Amino acid sequence: MSETPQLILGAHEWFQFFLHYLSLSLLQIGGAIATIPDMHRFLVDQNLWLTDAQFNASVAIAQSAPGPNVLFIALMGWNVGMNAGGILTGLLGIVLAMGGMLIPSSVLTYNATQWSHRNRNLRAVRAFKQGMAPIVVALLIATGWILATASGKSLNHWPLWLLAGVSTVICWRTNLHILWLLAAGALLGWFGLV
Amino acid sequence: MSAFPPDDRPRPASLTDLFVSFTLLALQGFGGVLAVVQRELVEKKRWMTRDEFIEDWSVSQILPGPNVINLALIVGGRYFGLKGALVGLAGMLVVPLVLVLALALVYSQFADHPGVAGALRGMGAVAAGLILSTGIKLIGALKSNVLGWRWCAVLGLSCLLSVAVFRLPLAYVLFGLGSLAFGLTFRKMKP
Repeated sequence: MSETPQLILGAHEWFQFFLHYLSLSLLQIGGAIATIPDMHRFLVDQNLWLTDAQFNASVAIAQSAPGPNVLFIALMGWNVGMNAGGILTGLLGIVLAMGGMLIPSSVLTYNATQWSHRNRNLRAVRAFKQGMAPIVVALLIATGWILATASGKSLNHWPLWLLAGVSTVICWRTNLHILWLLAAGALLGWFGLV
Repeated sequence: MSAFPPDDRPRPASLTDLFVSFTLLALQGFGGVLAVVQRELVEKKRWMTRDEFIEDWSVSQILPGPNVINLALIVGGRYFGLKGALVGLAGMLVVPLVLVLALALVYSQFADHPGVAGALRGMGAVAAGLILSTGIKLIGALKSNVLGWRWCAVLGLSCLLSVAVFRLPLAYVLFGLGSLAFGLTFRKMKP
């Protein structure tokens, strides 16, 4: 990250920044990841507020750290703020990015679920929940599959697939705590075995 | 459907319990929190059944917003109303945010170390296994589905192929297959 931009952001720019996240909030169907292309366009291509390297690192760090993946949004806000001054603007960036991203969707989710809970005996509500079940279960398996093959489909990755397969069976059949498996995976990776 | 949640069921004792539980959940979730939610809230704490988990997760999927954030809002809101939803949200975000910032600050110095990259790769494979096993366990919950196993298999396989193999945008898959599944289920249910 040699050429991080030095930005001067006024109230107007910060407002635009907040507005952009507000506008993306209701578009994140299936997760915040779905809005990444548009964020890249806005932050990197159009406004030059983040470098490509900063953008990619924000996503990668949030993916590999514990916690919800949506925290990559916070890291982007932080990086824009750091480019525009220092820790204080960094914190401002976090608040505006996360607030914009989460407030509209959370208000909608809270009210929609309160409504559907009050009307849980309606045929349409029951049909929705029953009908979606096979789809979301399959989606979970698809997500695991995509993550397991994320580093490519070359046969050289067989130790990685074996690790994913063994982890699947252990998590499925036993109650072993996930942190032990993660530690084992980290050790195998550290020594270059997977 | 009876009153929900029934009184004799384990539930969060207080807002603090909710906050701490969600924070611990979030901190165990490498590469995604969802599988950990299933393991902790359904299998260990028994705050919700497998079927309820699938139902809530369907709703979190279809509404805009990060899935686990939506799930935290739903579960927290069910027990303690708006306060519970906000506390659930805070539990998912506050401590992990501090951690992720700390990681970002040290990341640039260690990103190039081959050991670190390898460890992340290994942990990613384990996380993938955890998510796969969660999906496999939840297949059992489909046995009692109104649609019957044939339709469940058709819808499930179509979803799996569209997302994992053809990599179609999730919004299309959810709304396309979702409306088909909704229509079929609606017709099969007695009014």
